[in-house]
Amino acid sequence: MTLIGWAQIALFCALVIAVTRPVGGLLASIATGSRNFLTPVLGPVERGLYAAAGVRPEAEQSWRGYAVAMLVFKIACFLAAYGILRLQTVLPFNPAGQGEITPDLAYNTAVSFLTNTNWQSYGGESTMSHGSQMLALTVQNFTSAAAGVAIAMAFVRGFSRRQMKTIGNFWVDLVRVTLYGLLPLCILYALVLVWQGVPQTLSGPIDVTTLEGIKQTIAVGPVATQEAIKMLGTNGGGFFNANSAHPFENPTALTNMLQVLSIFALGAGLTNMFGRMVGNERQGWAVFAAMGLLFLAGVTVLYWSEGHANPVLTALGMDGSMGNMEGKDIRFGIAGSSLFSTVTTDASCGAVNAMIESFLPLGGMIPMINIMLGEIIFGGVGSGLYGFLMFAIVAVFVAGLMVGRTPEYLGKKIEAREVKMTMLAILCLPLVMLGFTAVAVVLDVGTSALSASGPHGFSEALYAYVSAAGNNGSAFAGISSNTPFWNTTLGIGMMIGRFFVIIPALAIAGSVAAKKTVPPSSGTFPTDGAMFVGLAIGVILIVGGLTFFPALALGPIVEHFALAAGTLY
Amino acid sequence: MLSQFRPAIVLLLAFTLITGLVYPLAVTGIASMIFPQQAGGSLVMKNGAPIGSSLIGQTFTKPEYFHPRPSATTDTDPNDSTKTVPAPYNANNSSGSNLAPTAKALADRVKGDVAALQAENPGVPVPGDLVTTSASGLDPEISPQAARFQVPRVAKARNMSEQAVSALVDAHIDGRLFGLIGEPRVNVLALNMALDAMGK
Repeated sequence: MTLIGWAQIALFCALVIAVTRPVGGLLASIATGSRNFLTPVLGPVERGLYAAAGVRPEAEQSWRGYAVAMLVFKIACFLAAYGILRLQTVLPFNPAGQGEITPDLAYNTAVSFLTNTNWQSYGGESTMSHGSQMLALTVQNFTSAAAGVAIAMAFVRGFSRRQMKTIGNFWVDLVRVTLYGLLPLCILYALVLVWQGVPQTLSGPIDVTTLEGIKQTIAVGPVATQEAIKMLGTNGGGFFNANSAHPFENPTALTNMLQVLSIFALGAGLTNMFGRMVGNERQGWAVFAAMGLLFLAGVTVLYWSEGHANPVLTALGMDGSMGNMEGKDIRFGIAGSSLFSTVTTDASCGAVNAMIESFLPLGGMIPMINIMLGEIIFGGVGSGLYGFLMFAIVAVFVAGLMVGRTPEYLGKKIEAREVKMTMLAILCLPLVMLGFTAVAVVLDVGTSALSASGPHGFSEALYAYVSAAGNNGSAFAGISSNTPFWNTTLGIGMMIGRFFVIIPALAIAGSVAAKKTVPPSSGTFPTDGAMFVGLAIGVILIVGGLTFFPALALGPIVEHFALAAGTLY
Repeated sequence: MLSQFRPAIVLLLAFTLITGLVYPLAVTGIASMIFPQQAGGSLVMKNGAPIGSSLIGQTFTKPEYFHPRPSATTDTDPNDSTKTVPAPYNANNSSGSNLAPTAKALADRVKGDVAALQAENPGVPVPGDLVTTSASGLDPEISPQAARFQVPRVAKARNMSEQAVSALVDAHIDGRLFGLIGEPRVNVLALNMALDAMGK
């Protein structure tokens, strides 16, 4: 760890804090339907879309109606993405002549992008045509991010409303988030990326003869436009196989800083939107503080771990002063790679600028823990906020048990229904993550995909299902998961991890929206102070720690001691 | 539920048109006007023909050139399409090694590379980035230490003084942005082109 490395991380923290209120204000204006500076231009487009779609924007939906609309939309997304991928050989924009995509890969990829996971069983530049990248993947990047933000907005409305049966209109939220939020930001962001060197062209691969006279084929494409939404929407699916490590996705130190900032930008802004909508920005900052502290803990351990060289390699005569550079690019260094890897797994982004599989054991464990905790550290756009707020419900419930009072959060009594729904959402993740891993590591069809053996092989399988159920999409990327077994089980994991959290979240929103708001009394546990922040962090770590510690002990922790002893596999 | 079909289909079509077609094509158009060089892949030209991209590393093995980091990229085996063969700096299939820190294959690879570099420049510690593969397999850059390590070999092969080569290396070190962000680094292709230009 170096001082200048920490200075870069401190700069990042300052930038996140700086964007939180402006982004929160924009999101609040989108959620409440008030005018913003884009309304004069985009208002007619918005109204045109409602007219064409037969949506009456003032007609709100109950939580069930909202959930059904979301599910119908997701089914349509699946069919469209699957169809486009399967037909890429006959669809336009295929200058490289990419071949056919198998049914199991098309299924896995469609599910992966519509659930905002962006697990990739394929290598982008060797599999996907430009048409598939734009018409299937970029579109799903936008809509899955917009749907995530929409659901967070509906969830927050539940707490900000009194005795109402509705929580908003899914179609309106979807359209407004896309038009007023994601699209304008992405246009600007994409142009900045091109300026820094990210290609944006419809041309196929370029053949060159290098200085030494070797043939080199350089894949290019409409990268910048996909890169912008990939980061801002916490999607994380790379245009290229190497994702944000590829110099064409992330060419400079500046783009690297922008990319990590853009992963957190909407998630941080949503905490402020939440505060504004419940009428007390301090409530939002309390959530922000809990998330921020968990982020700092993660980045510290990861940076510390990767700042050390692999002891096995230094024993062979390699100079260890640069730290663990296997699987890292020079322009990012250890600090930039550690920061990115922490941020991308705190959020449900899953883009990577360094290969997590090659991290030292404890360094590779941090991304895994971040996802296991539910990606509630700023989190995926939308999913981070409603995920965190469900832990907040558990936290006030625990506090209520301790003092023997009915717990309240934001003036809403938290009762059996809310706690049951919260636990359903929280418990389905470990069930998928651990259950599927247990199956995969005892079956030949599971283990045959693993590139590593020993404890690291176990970590590789565990990481895959953790990433899928958490809708993250990063990987211990040595795994060859493009097989029917892995494509299918990971696809199921992604769907459970998305919809078995969203539906309980909407049910909670509907339930609390219908309740009266109780004015705070002397017995109310304040949820905008340090005590609440500490309690929420404690609940998050205890739930995550108790559930996953045994699995972590079998993987990264055993490997850490094996490495210290010089045991190789 | 049926009443939700129309908005689902209409809005998905609209989003496909707006975000899947208009957005990328409009940005492609704007980019080709204001940043044509970057939008096309930052190609480097020599005598009118592209010899690579300033952002993409390429293979150098001759002693008179500075060498890049090892690359773990692969290509399809020409004899068996289900297998892959090592193909360093394959810019059509980016990839890291994804070797575990406890992988025997990693230790074996580094052992061989360290021995070769130590023979070339005895007594100088082997910089870590010269024996580790990058995440993309296409890293265009090396650390200043890695460039300095190679100065004696390059100077000897080119019949130049080490001082002259060192000065060229120093002139090609890109610092941190604002002195803060990123890491100091040397673009291998730019340095090697400058060397060739000097020799003429």
